[in-house]
Amino acid sequence: MAETVETSRGTGLFKPGATMTASEVEVWFVREVLPMEAMLMHYLHQNWRNKSDIEDLRQEVYARVCEAAQKEVPEKTKAFVLTTARNLLINRVRREQIVPIEAVADLDELEIAIDAPGPERNAMARDVLRKLQGALDRLPPRAREVVTLRRIEGLSRPEIAQRMGISEKTVSEHLTNGLCALADMLYGDASDLRSKK
Amino acid sequence: MSAARDANAEAAHWLERREFESWCEADETELSAWLARSWEHRVAYWRLKDAWEHTERLSALRPVSPKAAAAPAPRKPFRPMLFRLVAATIAVAALGAGAAIYFSGGNGPRETVYATQVGGHQTVQLADGSKVELNTNTVLRARVGAHERLVTLERGEAYFQIAHDPKHPFVVMAGDHRVTDLGTKFLVRRDDKNLEVAVTEGRVQLDTPDGRLQSPVLLTRHEAAEVKGNKVFVTRKTALSLTNELGWRHGFLVFDHTTLADAVAQFNRYNQGKLVIADPATARLTMDGTFPIDGISAFTEVAQEVFKLRIERRGGNTVISR
Repeated sequence: MAETVETSRGTGLFKPGATMTASEVEVWFVREVLPMEAMLMHYLHQNWRNKSDIEDLRQEVYARVCEAAQKEVPEKTKAFVLTTARNLLINRVRREQIVPIEAVADLDELEIAIDAPGPERNAMARDVLRKLQGALDRLPPRAREVVTLRRIEGLSRPEIAQRMGISEKTVSEHLTNGLCALADMLYGDASDLRSKK
Repeated sequence: MSAARDANAEAAHWLERREFESWCEADETELSAWLARSWEHRVAYWRLKDAWEHTERLSALRPVSPKAAAAPAPRKPFRPMLFRLVAATIAVAALGAGAAIYFSGGNGPRETVYATQVGGHQTVQLADGSKVELNTNTVLRARVGAHERLVTLERGEAYFQIAHDPKHPFVVMAGDHRVTDLGTKFLVRRDDKNLEVAVTEGRVQLDTPDGRLQSPVLLTRHEAAEVKGNKVFVTRKTALSLTNELGWRHGFLVFDHTTLADAVAQFNRYNQGKLVIADPATARLTMDGTFPIDGISAFTEVAQEVFKLRIERRGGNTVISR
């Protein structure tokens, strides 16, 4: 994935309207969409009351966005992600026969967020290292230990199991759970966003 | 359990396996099939994979021990006398080097350990007249005598110029792989995962004593083999790119359309204070140039001037970001 030379910040690597190969979609998703996750989560939390649906909604937005982007790269990623999220919420409301009255805060208000300022992508990138450390600090201690032993000391699964006195299966579980939690904190943590309000 | 949570858990499981287990073609096929099944699978996997790749930077956060940082003469090798033969060797060494070589009851020549620290560079002359240049952070064990010429590259990188002796092939072991010299000059580099062998003159043969490689790979001048997992990629290199790769022999790093990620990885091999790139887009920028091996400040200046990147010092490390 080293094929690109970027000379100035913010130049679009992906031409709006073009199609993408599967591996290009991955690069596009990681570069353009993942940095929007905190904003997307903020939006979903604001507009959908049932918190246990949020993870599903987020994933469905991603899936739809990628599927559409492969056929045609959207011009503005942020607007596209939020519009997709809004349409998804509206469809959910329509599809479900019984909708708790407070499920959607206010459909009219869904429009507004799209024009509101989003996170500054460069700022996010700059903060990755700090965020990473913060996220690591907040992991459950055993999961943190597994990640650290792997990444910093480069130990193998049996070595980690031995060092920590746990089974290899438990090592795997700590790593997979830790990874999911890390991703949530790395991308989805909207605390920066909220504190600006 | 929700669908998204299932997809995430499965994606995490794949990544965990890929991280810890030896990965073969069948695994790759299975993963591809799983990914092909739905967009939900793909986005879950891409997202977690990217998160995991971010954690790779943690390795750069490892605190540099003050002792190592203060080491005054990195170019001076230390020779840990780790091996059991050592007592016997020292006793015999008094009789002269020649005696030592034939000593030890038919066990072959004595073993000598050569090592360089981070930033180090050392040339050693072996008993058979062959020359070995050790690059940064390298450990090499040599048993070289009249009847046996065996060198084990424990870690790091070395450039070999072998004295010709068709009856006694010169063998370099690197992990599971064996490089057999057929009269030549060549480079062997290994890190945790990969092995590279590149030939500047003559020919070498690459194989595995345990037969894991089904047939040996023969490399001639300007050819290189990269071993990744159980695959071997053979490429032809230009004389220029090989010269660039060997720039360290003269104290230089040469970048030719090199990504910042690779350039930083190169500098980090040689220097205690690590460079860290804070975002993937920056890592993908490419550059040309020649820098002294310890020229981190020259490098960051270029990054600042040419790419308008931000340079920040954090502890002993330098963080590069947009």
